[in-house]
Amino acid sequence: MEHNLILVFILGGALCFLAQLLIDLTRLTPARILVIYVCLGVFLYAVGIYEPLFDIFGCGASLPLIGFGANIGRGVFEAVNEKGIIGILEGGLSASALGITAALVLGFLASVIFRSKTKRM
Amino acid sequence: MMSEEEKKKLIKKHSKSSPVLKNSLRAFFFGGLICLFGEVLLKVYVFFGAEEKTSVSLVTLSVIFIASLLTGIGVFDKIARFTGAGTLVPVSGFSNAVTSEAMDSASEGYVLGVGAKIFTVAGPVIIFGLLSGVIYGVIYYVYSLIGG
Amino acid sequence: MQRIVQIKNDIGFICAASCGGLEESRGPLGNKFDFCDTSDLFGQKTWELAEGEMARICLNIALKKAGISNLDLTLIAAGDLQNQCAATALGLHSFSVPFLGLYGACSTCAESLLSLSAFMDSHEELDVCAAVTSSHNATAERQFRTPLEYGGQRAMTAQWTATAAGAFLLGRNAGRVKIRDFLVGRIVDGATSDASNMGPAMAFAAADTVINYFESSEISPREFDLIITGDLGYCGTSLLHELLSKKDPYLSSIHKDSALLLYDDKKQDAHSGASGCGTSASVLACHFLPMLEERKLKRVLFMSTGALMNSTTTLQGQNILGIAPALRIERE
Repeated sequence: MEHNLILVFILGGALCFLAQLLIDLTRLTPARILVIYVCLGVFLYAVGIYEPLFDIFGCGASLPLIGFGANIGRGVFEAVNEKGIIGILEGGLSASALGITAALVLGFLASVIFRSKTKRM
Repeated sequence: MMSEEEKKKLIKKHSKSSPVLKNSLRAFFFGGLICLFGEVLLKVYVFFGAEEKTSVSLVTLSVIFIASLLTGIGVFDKIARFTGAGTLVPVSGFSNAVTSEAMDSASEGYVLGVGAKIFTVAGPVIIFGLLSGVIYGVIYYVYSLIGG
Repeated sequence: MQRIVQIKNDIGFICAASCGGLEESRGPLGNKFDFCDTSDLFGQKTWELAEGEMARICLNIALKKAGISNLDLTLIAAGDLQNQCAATALGLHSFSVPFLGLYGACSTCAESLLSLSAFMDSHEELDVCAAVTSSHNATAERQFRTPLEYGGQRAMTAQWTATAAGAFLLGRNAGRVKIRDFLVGRIVDGATSDASNMGPAMAFAAADTVINYFESSEISPREFDLIITGDLGYCGTSLLHELLSKKDPYLSSIHKDSALLLYDDKKQDAHSGASGCGTSASVLACHFLPMLEERKLKRVLFMSTGALMNSTTTLQGQNILGIAPALRIERE
């Protein structure tokens, strides 16, 4: 595992660059961008591009939300191999459980501990 | 009376556009920076003896935690105003959306406030991710029956 | 058929009060507000309650200024931006005064003033009435846009919902600034469903009202000192000027938009200016009415501009509809 740091920066940056273009030039909302990126991640894994992408770009591929999608893809792939048809339904959520649970639990804790402040200009 | 098309043209003419290039370059820089930070963290976790696969998960967890904390103390929105998609696209954006929705709805109670609203942005991301996964699973399963 | 409605009796402003939050206190009109709470919470637990409390404080200040008890009020016409005008009801119920809840999106201020003046003109029983309008940035953001701590960029066309309230006491044969006539205004298609670009959508309604007003009014635009709009913002103002200039360039030369007065464009980052029904209410109360009192202005056409929509219809892709009720307000 030796990811070139410059390449990590470039792919991570490029994915954000593209998203910003989509937000500013089209009327796609940030929530839609996130959905598109997750689906894109599943697709990239399915067609076998994601794994080599990760080998070269490391966190530049895994931290953007396509990494989250690719996790779902990998989960489905491995579960179908292992358990057959059941894996179609089981794989996605179990592979992405870590991120989802962490985000939800931390979000809940934050709502207990912190209070929203008004927006500032 | 003006037609809708004429009105749309006028609206376009008088609407200030966002500084696309500046925003996009900022998004590139800060998005890249977060991934770079993740990569360095990955190397640190591996250095301390974690497996590579576990380390990748740990990095994602770390970014989710930091983004959630920054949201909690009211700093994330100030950073994101500057960085735009740079903080949205990495998993930090997902974490911020979840935490901010949760914090905002605390005044409506934990069950139907936080519990329900926490999924406002997380829900669509999870459901469309899983949906794509299931479609891929069906195709892969059928393919493995025929080809495998 | 649009008709200007004449007020035959002498209906005038007894006094007015304005309240704001932190950003409003930092703006150019900051020291003209009667009360600003820099925590934006007005001592309450939730933002929704804070908005109601702001409306209550605002009306209380107006009553104190006039030396009138709440028991002397015969009618309150008031509204805000929250679903079903919850803030107004929560804030004003303690006054125990007959209440008319109004919803006109950001046009509520002019809507309440013209409703009250029409009621008072035809019913002598109503001698002292109050109009109250409020908007709160936090409640509007939560309801229409994103959570408060959500990290996102605002579009350059987006406007900043003001945390502000304005309260007006109207009386019969009272005050020196009078309401003379009004045009209710009709609903005009804004030709966009983009909720972060509402100024231009409302500009069509504003232009419709101004043009119709001067087509039927016996008073020429040149006898007006100002045409005041509510919250068109920079983008909406520039669109309105183009629409009015086709008719008469003089109309746009005397136009002022309240949204451009509330925040400092250089020091504060409001993008296309202020918005929210508190904008036109507070700016009328703390800026334009005092100017009329001091004879710096003699006759103005005051409009509040509203974007009629909700978050469901926007998601369904419906166009934003504009409305712009107008009142002729004069110094005696």
